[in-house]
Amino acid sequence: MSGVAVLLHQFRFDQKVFWRNPAAVFFTALLPLIFLFMLATVFKNSEISGLDVKGATYYVPAILTLAVISATTVKLATNLPAEREAGQLKRVRGTPLPPAAFVAGRVGNSLVITGIMVVLVSVIGALVYGVTIPTDTLPAMLVTLAVGAFSFSCLGFALAAAIPTAEAAPAVTNATVLPLYFLSGVFIPEDELPNGVLNFADAFPIRHFFEALFTTWSPHTTGAGFEWGDLAVVAAWGLVGLVVAVRFFRWEPRR
Amino acid sequence: MADPVISVQGLRKSYDDLEAVRGIDLEVSAGEVFAFLGPNGAGKTTTVEILEGYRPRTAGEVSVLGTDPQNADRDWRQRVGFVLQESRLVPELTPREAVEQYAGYYAQPRDVNDTVNLVGLVDKADVRTSKLSGGQQRRLDVALALIGDPELLFLDEPTTGFDPSARRQAWEVIGGLRDLGKTVFLTTHYMDEAQALADRVAIISAGRIVATGSPEELGGDREARTEISFRLPVGVHGPDLPYGIRTAARIDAERVSLTAQDPVPILRELTNWAAERGVGLPGLLVRRPSLEDVYLDLTDGSGRSEAGE
Repeated sequence: MSGVAVLLHQFRFDQKVFWRNPAAVFFTALLPLIFLFMLATVFKNSEISGLDVKGATYYVPAILTLAVISATTVKLATNLPAEREAGQLKRVRGTPLPPAAFVAGRVGNSLVITGIMVVLVSVIGALVYGVTIPTDTLPAMLVTLAVGAFSFSCLGFALAAAIPTAEAAPAVTNATVLPLYFLSGVFIPEDELPNGVLNFADAFPIRHFFEALFTTWSPHTTGAGFEWGDLAVVAAWGLVGLVVAVRFFRWEPRR
Repeated sequence: MADPVISVQGLRKSYDDLEAVRGIDLEVSAGEVFAFLGPNGAGKTTTVEILEGYRPRTAGEVSVLGTDPQNADRDWRQRVGFVLQESRLVPELTPREAVEQYAGYYAQPRDVNDTVNLVGLVDKADVRTSKLSGGQQRRLDVALALIGDPELLFLDEPTTGFDPSARRQAWEVIGGLRDLGKTVFLTTHYMDEAQALADRVAIISAGRIVATGSPEELGGDREARTEISFRLPVGVHGPDLPYGIRTAARIDAERVSLTAQDPVPILRELTNWAAERGVGLPGLLVRRPSLEDVYLDLTDGSGRSEAGE
């Protein structure tokens, strides 16, 4: 098979494996929707002061942030160490499948899930909560999602490289992302958070990704809605993740 | 003569201050089923993983299909198949799908259905791999290693932990590989497995090869010495035995045992003596040592280097 054909072949099987795993589908695809329903319903009509938007308008990009990171960083950093420990990665490494095709298959799977989640969250936001889907800022939203999905995928591989065992994987991953969701305003509206917290969160990519995404959804945005500064921070983190992953990713279980 | 498929000279592997493999030489020719036999911790898996390209070595020359496995590339991986000691299957796929997935990795794969058939999984081809028994999963491992139609297959302890019937079935599958003309490098700590499957056996103990040869040859030297033993008949004491036997035998808790190159004259002397005295030879055993005895003898019952596995 040619490089592209083997990549598509691998991608097809990654899709099949993902959608057949109920736990993976629940945590990656359904959980963000449950959060959307909970948060958008509770805060539906409350104003997020400072941003001057309704709660639902705030939580659509917030849950999109969560959905992208669940489909990329969280999924990769919990699954890959388990597959490594089970010897599955080692077996694959013993075949002629190029490592790049393996990685591309997984990232492709994460992008597909991201795409589906974007559509679901947007449609639910529009139909159930009356949140207007961006038009003028749509290109900015898609670019932001793409930069985020790629960067957070790289960070997923980097975390998978750093996590030693399957047992540690969910704990380390959640201990990394959950506090950052809270501190970055993904769960708690940012007007409730002290400035110090937001400044701390500014050191990490989740807050910047959310801010860039929020701009593309905010009714007050004028212009194309690109937050180049935030995107640059997200991309820089992605690049660091890529370097760490390339340097330290292992296919074999630790002994 | 054709170049050997595997050629190893002076292979050494150290982990920190521990030497797991201490200078191994071996050659495997095309079409041969070669068994690498030794107890756990003797250095088998370390050696096989060096040959597979998974581990770097400390010293020595290694050539597998004309390539140093340290520099293994895609082309080389097209030509080898691995059954790893521990590698779980993807539980979400069926055997047919798993084989189909791996077929896509190779330039000229075997037929998917033929391969599922070859390992005897036709009946289970479309159930999730998580529903397969240990033996069935292992046969699927073999199918995945085989789907690329490799020249050389590595099987690392393919039947460890199996019940007898699952082992028999796995042996049939492995025996079938010979008929396909594959070269097979098998590691095992089961004597009978090496005996049943291999053309040639190397016994490894504490990181060194202590014997090589066909199963028959390995048994050969020692099989030349037959063990004869019996219990002392009632009322008979050691000094009553005929001279030739008394001097050669060991008497231990009323049991007389001796070994001989040729047991026939001794047996004749012994039975004549018993007939003359009108006594029997209770519990008489005439036994040629099995390969198992040779193995236990050579590996000292343990043979661990406490490393690598």
